[in-house]
Amino acid sequence: MKYIDEFRDQKQARDIAKAIAREAHADRRYRLMEFCGGHTHAIFRYGVQDLMPDNVEFVHGPGCPVCVLPIGRLDEAMQMVETHGVILCTYGDMMRVPGAKRRSLIQAKADGADIRMVYSTQDALKIARDNPERQVVFFAIGFETTTPPTAVAIKQAQSEGLENFSVFCNHVLTPAALGAILNAETPVDIDAFLGPSHVSTVIGSGPYEPFAEQYGKPIVIAGFEPLDVMQSALMAIRLINEGRTAVENEYTRAVTREGNTKAQALVNEVFELRDAFEWRGLGLIPKSALQIRTEFSGFDAEKRFPVQAQPVSDVKGCACPEILRGQKKPLDCKLFGAVCTPENPMGSCMVSSEGACAAYWSYGRHRQKADQEGQSKGAA
Amino acid sequence: MCLAIPAEVISIDGDTAQVSVGGVKKEISMALVDDVAVGDYVLIHVGYALNKISTEEAQKTLELFAQAGMLAPDILGGQES
Repeated sequence: MKYIDEFRDQKQARDIAKAIAREAHADRRYRLMEFCGGHTHAIFRYGVQDLMPDNVEFVHGPGCPVCVLPIGRLDEAMQMVETHGVILCTYGDMMRVPGAKRRSLIQAKADGADIRMVYSTQDALKIARDNPERQVVFFAIGFETTTPPTAVAIKQAQSEGLENFSVFCNHVLTPAALGAILNAETPVDIDAFLGPSHVSTVIGSGPYEPFAEQYGKPIVIAGFEPLDVMQSALMAIRLINEGRTAVENEYTRAVTREGNTKAQALVNEVFELRDAFEWRGLGLIPKSALQIRTEFSGFDAEKRFPVQAQPVSDVKGCACPEILRGQKKPLDCKLFGAVCTPENPMGSCMVSSEGACAAYWSYGRHRQKADQEGQSKGAA
Repeated sequence: MCLAIPAEVISIDGDTAQVSVGGVKKEISMALVDDVAVGDYVLIHVGYALNKISTEEAQKTLELFAQAGMLAPDILGGQES
């Protein structure tokens, strides 16, 4: 497929790997945090980590919206269905996430709740049109990439007078998460970021510039194909070697400095900043999420269907919070591969297919853990 | 979640368009993009075109990849490792 195959070429991958091996100084380490689950996935699916010299390491970031959504918000969505009797529509990614008492939306659906998986906000609007006697709530999650389609749906519902449609808004902001990682009490040890790819198609590369300057970390906006990730790693290594803390853009075929201004204007018209929002693993972050503006409050499910979930703590022993902050790797978690697998996920990094634990599991890194354990037992 | 895939625009009708994703036809919303013509490639995400893909910039990136290949044999004496 055009714009995919040529960015997965094996020979080119070897050549870029050689360039990286040549340019990475042997006397230092390079810890690069790839922000998005999409990057993490590419790194393991295509074996990018194995092509890197030993001193170049990828640290996995928090860019997986399903992984960072607190369980309480999922429980609140479930209350909307079970207490208020709405039809709840959501993207497939949310369906398998375990909520309170480890119950997921898919289990609630099996128990008779009217929960529908949609591919697009347009599908949710259609469900509302087809069921005028029912209330339809779209359970909206995602970063800046996924927010504009929600804004379009709310505007469309308003112009159509679709009064039985509303949105449970959980859209979050990537620059705020970047700030939280850099501002953490025990800051994660990283030398550069590989910045979001499709988030940046919407917001542009400009919003990262203050972070690069203020915290002295170079940021390279990186596409999701394996060659994009490798080229971005090479660019980051060069920036580190030169001591430059700039924002560079590898994904120029889709990202500009300004981003998609039409999408930004729509988002600004419909949404405003929340004072604070709870992130799984990162805690309460000020001004890190969006809420629906008062002008559109008729479409705000939180105002229409009052819900209140109890805070739920993560499963004991689950290292998801540390993994989302880049302080641990999945192989450091005691539950990984033992009791926590994609079939029976304990934490959010395993349940979402783009979570770091799911990537490690799917592409065979659990074998590495078994090997390590085998070796240490053998040695003992 | 933030995955988006390249698709070729086949026809446009107001705010919706028919696109081809590797030969599979799909209807998507064009509400978030301007100045897209038939034959252009767009990135699609949850049923919406997010952005037009720049052919020139894609070419430049591929040339950057190729530079890594051109430099490698000089320094490594042309040996494959």
